[in-house]
Amino acid sequence: MNTKIISYSFFAIALLDLLYKIFFGSIFDFDNDFYYQYIKPFVTFSPFYLIAIGAVFLKEYKVRNTVEIYGTSRFNYYTPQFLVFLFTILVFVYFIYNAQINMDTRGIEFGFHFLKYESSFDVNFSLIDYDGSDSYARVYLVGLLNTLLVAFTGIIFCTIIGVIIGVSRLSPNYLIRKTATAYVEFFRNIPLVVQIFFWYFAALRTMPLPENTSPILGSIFMSIKGLYTPAFVWTNLDFFIYSIILASIIVILFKIYSTKLRENVGKHLPVLYISVIILLLLPILSFLLGGVKTEIDYPIIKKLSETSYTFEGGMRIPPEFMALVLSLSLYTATFVAENVRAGIQGINKGQKEAAASIGLNRKQILNLIIMPQALRIIIPPTTNQYLNLTKNSSLAALIAYPDLVLVFAGTALMQTGRAIEILMIVMFTYLSISLFISVLMNWYNKKIAILEK
Amino acid sequence: MIKLSKFTKVKKENYLRNLSFGLILIFLCITDFILKFSLNINFTNFLPNILNLFFPLILGVIGLYLIRAEYSGIKLLDTLNKNINTSNFNAILTLLIIFLIILVIPPSLDWLIINANFTGETKEECINDGACWTFVKVWLRRFIYGMYPDQFHWRINTAFIVLLALAFVGYIPGKKLKKLLPLYYVIIYPIIAFLVIYYLISGGSFGLEWIDTGSWGGLSLTFIVAFFCLIFCFPIGVVLALARRSPLPTTRYIAVGFIEFWRGVPLITVLFMASVMFPMFLPDDLFIDKLIRVIIAISLFEAAYVAEVVRGGLQALPRGQYDAAKSLGMGYWKMHIFVILPQALKFVIPGIANTFLALVKDTPLIFVVGLADFVGMITMAKANPQWLGFVMEGYVFASIVFWIICYAMSRYSYNLEEKYKTER
Repeated sequence: MNTKIISYSFFAIALLDLLYKIFFGSIFDFDNDFYYQYIKPFVTFSPFYLIAIGAVFLKEYKVRNTVEIYGTSRFNYYTPQFLVFLFTILVFVYFIYNAQINMDTRGIEFGFHFLKYESSFDVNFSLIDYDGSDSYARVYLVGLLNTLLVAFTGIIFCTIIGVIIGVSRLSPNYLIRKTATAYVEFFRNIPLVVQIFFWYFAALRTMPLPENTSPILGSIFMSIKGLYTPAFVWTNLDFFIYSIILASIIVILFKIYSTKLRENVGKHLPVLYISVIILLLLPILSFLLGGVKTEIDYPIIKKLSETSYTFEGGMRIPPEFMALVLSLSLYTATFVAENVRAGIQGINKGQKEAAASIGLNRKQILNLIIMPQALRIIIPPTTNQYLNLTKNSSLAALIAYPDLVLVFAGTALMQTGRAIEILMIVMFTYLSISLFISVLMNWYNKKIAILEK
Repeated sequence: MIKLSKFTKVKKENYLRNLSFGLILIFLCITDFILKFSLNINFTNFLPNILNLFFPLILGVIGLYLIRAEYSGIKLLDTLNKNINTSNFNAILTLLIIFLIILVIPPSLDWLIINANFTGETKEECINDGACWTFVKVWLRRFIYGMYPDQFHWRINTAFIVLLALAFVGYIPGKKLKKLLPLYYVIIYPIIAFLVIYYLISGGSFGLEWIDTGSWGGLSLTFIVAFFCLIFCFPIGVVLALARRSPLPTTRYIAVGFIEFWRGVPLITVLFMASVMFPMFLPDDLFIDKLIRVIIAISLFEAAYVAEVVRGGLQALPRGQYDAAKSLGMGYWKMHIFVILPQALKFVIPGIANTFLALVKDTPLIFVVGLADFVGMITMAKANPQWLGFVMEGYVFASIVFWIICYAMSRYSYNLEEKYKTER
């Protein structure tokens, strides 16, 4: 019992130490040259030592209280672990030691104060208001939002294309099957970098100049400067958004209520019709009562000088964005398609035959029998592909789409020279996005798995 | 429903009439489509706009509907019906794909080969409308060797031939030496390869002129980077996978942290880290060449992916294998090297091949940190004032080269998989 208390107290001290380090700096801070150079790098890892010692005590406690032994001798159990731990710490200490000296000689101090400074550079595509007088923290936000926008759009498109191609690869129609296979083999085997360059530098550059564009569907213009579409100009937009959020909440609550009613009383409500009515009614009410107005702003061609024209008004989608989304979704769709195919093929043939024998047609078999089961095989690897797409969206830096890597790890890094801090922030951001998506997908996966039984 | 099946039911004389009529309609449909969209001759102007646009499709669907039958007695027609003409919906899709092929293939072929320029040395000699392969022809040496001095190209060629020859050593020895092959490929071969590349391509001794890595480039650099990363990432990945499955908590947690870190960040930030951040972590007097830093970074990055793949193989192995090995008195390393890993690695050949493919496809990225590999050279060539405007040719050429390499690799891995599948 004693050892257990000791081990947990070590863990507690480690936690305190860690928190103290994050907020106030090291407890073991002495003003000593020798200390600063040689000992400080070691002291940086003090929480890890404490955790390690605590873990040793915990193990001892567990072993003493159960019959289980180490598998080998105590020496064989601890020595390799100690060596690995020591090696890792020494590698880190070596790097930190050097970094300290290098930063000292260059007169840089480690810290994140630079985030408050004025950035003084412009970004040509931003979802939020931004200009050069804003801080580096704002630059980070601009970059992050642009990255998320590309990733989100790319994920939607790659899912649509991927599912279509994946199902087509199993089509009974020879031509469709072969075309889908050709698509997959073609796009999968060309590096993404080449595809992005191809779309951006070669394909989208063949688009006409603004003065030569002909409108698609009336008022959409595809020019070398980007895609111009009509934009909605809202008054009281937030009221409209609130009404939509409110409507969706009501629909969800209503759905829960109707499910309960069906399970408890056996009464069926026309969920779909009522949901559609609610979803339409509230936004319409917001138009009528809340003073929400919308106007459509059409892009109009405008002459700047003798030879240069541009569009005014409307919404501009820059060619960098289009090239990026196009190549990312076409490339990732091949992997999604392979996952979809593997998922469908992974379903037992008997399921299909049983469904056919009770008279379901091909579409029904796919929708009601195969897909719900195949989804469980499809989702985990597809999540991985979504993560890959998000990470690959950092290739935006190659074609000057202002994503996180370009504006923050590129321009901001060059201006401030704070390589370590900025790269740490960027890497940490991508790590968090990855973890967030995988957590989300794990949750969804679990939900689907429960539905099965 | 009943009516339709009655209509399509085979009646000898009726069906023949349907067949001839249907074939004529299909012929008309394709002719009309080619005239309309490839040659811009519109015969059906008099029809309303939308009907005019969809006229070939409608003709084709009716034609395919007429020739559809469960059994006609004509072999070719039966296979056709069975494969591309099973229902109206399928018929529409079939026609759409045929139209797509007509729209895409002839113009591409025209641009790529028929109307392309192959001769000449300058931009002005590209007179035809198609691709100007002269651009690629003139720049080919640069695309392959980068800025490496022209008179020393034989050094790169020799190095690659030597390495290739050494890679095939595995096929020579008899049964006795076959045991040592993994040792050769994992430890000896990388060292030899490094020495060959260092002394031949870098030079500096044996009377060879020193050539800085800054002037390496092109496809040869792509190969060098991919080759070394491939060699290094595999053993590191296997060790990481073993560490992650280890019963020792410290090793396990360190491996988990390492793997999840590398898998969570994009390669481009890793490359930035290797080129910008890593020098800060080294002492001032220690200088590691950028190429080596990049190779180490990519190797560690891909090793994390290899580790996850190998872990899958280790997990798929039945427990009995471990128990059997232990009962024979084998220790941890002996058990893994002789019993576990040979089987686990066999399981994951497709996964490892995919990782290696991803690695090869990732190598062009090194050009963000200023190493002009194959794609980097093309990007540089397209900015050359004398050769402006040949972006399309450059990237199409790059796509073709990479496609051939990657497709060959995936085929090879598929063959390997098939070969080892039969053994189990």
